[in-house]
Amino acid sequence: MKIHEYQAKEILRKYGVAVPAGEMATTLEEADTAAKQLFSQGNAAVVVKAQIHAGGRGKGGGVKVAKSLEDAAKYAKDILGMQLVTHQTGPAGQKVQRLLIEEGSAIDREMYLGAVVDRASSKIVFMASQQGGMDIEEVAAKDPDAIFKEYIEPAEGLSPFQARKLAFKLGLTGPQINQAVGVMTGLYKAFTETDCSLMEINPLITTRDGKVLALDCKMDFDGNALFRHKDLKELRDMAEEDPLEVEASKDALNYIKLDGTIACMVNGAGLAMATMDIISYAGGSPANFLDVGGGANQQQIEAAFAILLSDKNVKAIFINIFGGILRVDVLATAVVAAAKKLNVTLPIILRLEGTNVEEGRKIIAESGLKCQIGTTMKEAADLAVAAAKG
Amino acid sequence: MSVLVDNQTRLIVQGITGREGSFHAKGCDEYAAQFGNKLVVGGVTPGKGGTTHEGWPVFNTVEEAVNATGANATMIFVPPPFAADGILEAVAAGLPLVVCITEGIPVLDMVKAWEVIKDAKSVLIGPNCPGVISPGKAKIGIMPGRIHKEGNVGIVSRSGTLTYEAVHQLTQLGIGQSTAIGIGGDPIIGTTHIDAIRLLNDDPDTHAIVMIGEIGGTNEEKAAAFIKEHVTKPVVGFIAGQTAPPGRRMGHAGAIISGGEGTAEGKMEAMKAAGIHVVQSPADIGQKMAEVLGR
Repeated sequence: MKIHEYQAKEILRKYGVAVPAGEMATTLEEADTAAKQLFSQGNAAVVVKAQIHAGGRGKGGGVKVAKSLEDAAKYAKDILGMQLVTHQTGPAGQKVQRLLIEEGSAIDREMYLGAVVDRASSKIVFMASQQGGMDIEEVAAKDPDAIFKEYIEPAEGLSPFQARKLAFKLGLTGPQINQAVGVMTGLYKAFTETDCSLMEINPLITTRDGKVLALDCKMDFDGNALFRHKDLKELRDMAEEDPLEVEASKDALNYIKLDGTIACMVNGAGLAMATMDIISYAGGSPANFLDVGGGANQQQIEAAFAILLSDKNVKAIFINIFGGILRVDVLATAVVAAAKKLNVTLPIILRLEGTNVEEGRKIIAESGLKCQIGTTMKEAADLAVAAAKG
Repeated sequence: MSVLVDNQTRLIVQGITGREGSFHAKGCDEYAAQFGNKLVVGGVTPGKGGTTHEGWPVFNTVEEAVNATGANATMIFVPPPFAADGILEAVAAGLPLVVCITEGIPVLDMVKAWEVIKDAKSVLIGPNCPGVISPGKAKIGIMPGRIHKEGNVGIVSRSGTLTYEAVHQLTQLGIGQSTAIGIGGDPIIGTTHIDAIRLLNDDPDTHAIVMIGEIGGTNEEKAAAFIKEHVTKPVVGFIAGQTAPPGRRMGHAGAIISGGEGTAEGKMEAMKAAGIHVVQSPADIGQKMAEVLGR
């Protein structure tokens, strides 16, 4: 689960990590009040930052530095409500519904600091680079030696020597070393105590008066651990998510919207991915990833249909079920009922296999439901592609 | 022969009194019983020790269950918040085989547990996996037994239903399986592709291997390097998620392309370079194996 920068910074503050002072604003009035406050405290500049979950906001015009209250008001007006397009939002962009109004910092150097669960070592790894402000993926591709890593022993936690090592490799000196060690210690504590799966401080800066500060922060939490973080659950901003994906999550359906024309309904994540693959292999394009899971019931199948149908690009529906625990006859009954209830007129292509498949096929055949049945995945994919092309 | 599971396996089920634990304990026991094997010997549910469930003795702890029944394997259906602890309990009791079916374990729980698991004698399969089956002998897991056929092709896969798909294709072509291992879709898992392939490679009755991977991580690449170096048996491979967009988690917690790592393309290239017969379409897995075996 992703959260906004201003929310992440609030968490960092609690863990003693230095971040610039600032306020979140959802209206121009709130933005103005926050900017006034910051200028009255003697700040020479105020930064107006769009709060969306995607990265690359600066390049897209979503971050502006204002030297006066008038400029701050103007930037807030420009940014709030804009459709911000970055390399992570897709061409449609994301509507800006919140701003962070923050004190300007006199930046001396920009660096990168990140933490993530490393799959290969099964450990949390801290990563640091002198090349702040850049995508770490880009640095990793161009100059992998410029990224310094420390793997953390779960029993020990981040040791001070590891933090010191990274601080020296970042080129920090004097009192900045201890400040950076303090930042990293706080980050590690925040990471483990909130069940983060990813945390990025990009950039971590030194100011001209020698302070070490987290100028930006991205946090992603492990969805599987949210049961023990009721407070974090409340930070979810559904406006940042695809409405269909939000709808699907309510019925415990695993749905991801794509931009093709063949909707898929599959049980199992691996088979769902493979179904998308075979559709493109057959010359079509998948409209979504959808895993209805191993124990899908009538209500879920109905919800799944409703979601697939509300995607206007969809020209055909491909249902690929390999019944294991989920019996094919149970699924077939649910499909027939849902399709009739929702009055589905799009072509439906079914491929059914596994437990009680004969009963399932019989239910479909006797239902009068207009659909085609493919006996193999390949045949069904070909039928779906043909149907989508009309 | 086969690997991990056979007619000598004696299984306990952690979480046997739960709905799923109970259902699948029966499923596994009935499958093995068809071949005259007594598989399930008891279960564990803390607080219900001393009772019986569906005729099986229930114990408070894994240690008690092992001492009383002589079990040499466990199948874990403990709910996600407690499942990592369930794995540690099984490992502490010295069980040689620990199969964790539970999906949704917090990854930091596994990071902590891994410190113990990595040095333990136990073999962990999963979590978030369908389990292991040696057709014609026994199964520990949630896979439908009847689609399988006893034979000589070993299978390793991160996915459940996609494994069933591959098994079904093979069975339809008359090609049986020695052991099918579902290693699970989580970012941190016990047995990886490389471990499973090592086992299958050392098994004299496994003549060929199907390796099914998916986007995310670098396990498939590592397994490909191992295969190139050590495996002489023919391997047929497939990677799911060739059309998956980067940065999105495709159902499985571990199925995500991030930082340019874990793409299907990269994995397929590495597998091809290792001499693996990589199929682009999931519908071709069985046919390709038939070809490779000269059938």
